[in-house]
Amino acid sequence: MSHEHIDVRYVAKLARLDLTDDEVKTFQSQLESILGHVETLSALDLPDNLDLDGNDTLAMMRDDQPLPSLAPELVLQNAPDQAQSQIRVPKVVADA
Amino acid sequence: MTLTALRQQFLNGETTPTKIIEDLAGKIKARDETTKAFVSYNIERSLEIAGKADISKPLGGLPIAIKDNINTFGQPCTCGSNFLNKSYVSPYDATVIKKLLNAGAVPFGRTNMDEFAMGSATENSAIQLTRNPRDPERIAGGSSGGSAAAVADGTAFAALGSDTGGSIRQPASHCGVVGLKPTYGRVSRYGLVAFASSLDQIGPLTLSVDDSALILQAIAGHDSRDTSSLDAPVPDYAATINDGVEGLTLGIPEEYFSDGIHSGVRKNVEQCIQQLERQGAKILPISLPYTSHVVAAYYVIAPAEASSNLSRFDGIRYGNRSKNASDIIDVYHQSREEGFGPEVKRRIILGTYVLSSGYYDAFYTRAQKVRKLITRDFTQAFEKVDAIISPVTPAPARRIGACADDPLQDYLSDIFTIGANLAGIPAISVPCGTTAYDGAPALPVGVQILAPHLGEPMMLRVAKAAEGASLH
Repeated sequence: MSHEHIDVRYVAKLARLDLTDDEVKTFQSQLESILGHVETLSALDLPDNLDLDGNDTLAMMRDDQPLPSLAPELVLQNAPDQAQSQIRVPKVVADA
Repeated sequence: MTLTALRQQFLNGETTPTKIIEDLAGKIKARDETTKAFVSYNIERSLEIAGKADISKPLGGLPIAIKDNINTFGQPCTCGSNFLNKSYVSPYDATVIKKLLNAGAVPFGRTNMDEFAMGSATENSAIQLTRNPRDPERIAGGSSGGSAAAVADGTAFAALGSDTGGSIRQPASHCGVVGLKPTYGRVSRYGLVAFASSLDQIGPLTLSVDDSALILQAIAGHDSRDTSSLDAPVPDYAATINDGVEGLTLGIPEEYFSDGIHSGVRKNVEQCIQQLERQGAKILPISLPYTSHVVAAYYVIAPAEASSNLSRFDGIRYGNRSKNASDIIDVYHQSREEGFGPEVKRRIILGTYVLSSGYYDAFYTRAQKVRKLITRDFTQAFEKVDAIISPVTPAPARRIGACADDPLQDYLSDIFTIGANLAGIPAISVPCGTTAYDGAPALPVGVQILAPHLGEPMMLRVAKAAEGASLH
């Protein structure tokens, strides 16, 4: 459970964040400090028989029925870029 | 003036909903330059709703400010973030907004907040810093700091906030108003921009416990659009609110009165407990042994959920899209780097880390087990007591900027509020006098009342008695 080598830039990349060098430096010490506190959980002697599947609230499902959705023009009003009633994005497929 | 008193003025014909909206707009212009509780407000839209208000309805014509992470059709919803500021307009109403409108209320004003509700001081808002109306050199608390400050400053009669680890109760305590976090699932989260979905709840910030019950009555109930919404009948909260505490057993958790709490906070809360005892309550010392682990468990679970929830902010469908990106992957990276502030980035990285391969069981699974044990603590306590009484925070409002480089210190101050979120139980903060603190002569103190799952009637009953007790 050691956190001593958290690679902030690598984890940020996993989270699609492009940090500056200053941010990496600041977050490194702050996250080490936070993880140091979180690590106190590892010292706890936990019972073996704890059931983690018992949250009925989160297990509730509704019937799979189509319901009214937002009108396309309402959705598009927030799109940073659009064309022909669709959201436009930069090219996804790389050049061969 | 409370909502209840304002409602009576409407019914007596002493004033009108449109006059009140105009008055509030004037107060915001005059007072909010310093407090900065409001991010925006749309007077034309609110006057239109107020002009048609049916004052015979439960919230008929009553203005309610809305935290800026709750979608309201046609209004901005910044979440205190540059990612959404000036680029996003809500295309729909959150369920709570629909319910407020159905009850006759007039949503008016969007209140400031820590970015995506991550913070305890409203210092993490990318829009502006909200100051405490009781002392402008102090934080208003957070993340619903704008809502609490507006109610305390008289620029709102009541407001909605959201509470993931104390974000309604802590600012309410720091600003001297009432803040209620309902049972998880009691109020629909549909249309609330998600931070940590297993913990988030919407609730009211008000000037009185009665007002709190009035708003909860309107916004509670099942919603098929929120799968975590509870399909349980909504009781009449006003029916038992004045029943008093005679014959009730109130639990005092020893872990919440440790050496770490400020002497003035301890004194005020203990005096409130003594008053409740004089009113006929039986006081029973109890133990919640896992209290010292709530912050650690929370700062695994909440960032883990946040890192997943905030992946939707990718610069594609709404919000900031970087103009400097070279390809689609770069759009994600650059848009998020530009749009998010430091606290949000910190928590996304923390959440991504604890969910990553090799660390998941050590951090996330372990935190979930501790969450179970924290919940068990409360369940076992409520077999012996009707409600639990504690301070809301270890100390009154700190100075602005005092934790700027040390986020862990701010996290640790959430120790008394997080437990209710992890356990999914209701909790309320009620003003409990003032105390001298760190050079300030009189800062508000809050007393917290926690009740069992769906125990809002009991919680409100004790809260009303505590509110009366703190007036003596």
